Amino acid sequence: MQIGRVVGTVVSTQKHRKFEGAKLMLVQPLNVDDTPRGTAVLAIDGVGAGVDEKVLVVMEGRAAGEALGKNAAPVDAAIVGIIDAVEVSD
Amino acid sequence: MQLARVIGDVVATRKDENLTGITLLVLQPLTVDRQPAGRPLVAVDAVGAGVGEEVFFVRGKEASFPFYPAEPPVDAGVVGIVDHWDLG
Repeated sequence: MQIGRVVGTVVSTQKHRKFEGAKLMLVQPLNVDDTPRGTAVLAIDGVGAGVDEKVLVVMEGRAAGEALGKNAAPVDAAIVGIIDAVEVSD
Repeated sequence: MQLARVIGDVVATRKDENLTGITLLVLQPLTVDRQPAGRPLVAVDAVGAGVGEEVFFVRGKEASFPFYPAEPPVDAGVVGIVDHWDLG
């Protein structure tokens, strides 16, 4: 799983039916020092995260589908937790 | 999943039989500022997207799920057309 920050929300009317009722968030992956890493990705929100929150993101299809509660959903990333704190020792 | 713009399509007559009838699109992945992010790629279309539209796509075997029970040999697929996105 990866650490990220929710930077926005996405609205889509025409989408695959497995996405119905799902919340789509834009998540910027972060390094452990909170610097951005790579391009922002879209993730299903399984926990009610909001913009600016630091979150735990699973980037694997089967686990993301489970977060959505649907089998064989065409998703590859889901927010599965809201992070309170990250501690890294050198 | 990632944001992208559809910048073209691909026509292939001779292909894996499980790809029959499936539209192939050329995508340019985008940053949230609509700048190109990396190299363009080819993805299957599960939602009826067209050239010029902003979409989101999924990578990996999950791209084949919309075509179940067929299992096309694909690793990227468009699964939504974006109306708009908002940054916090």
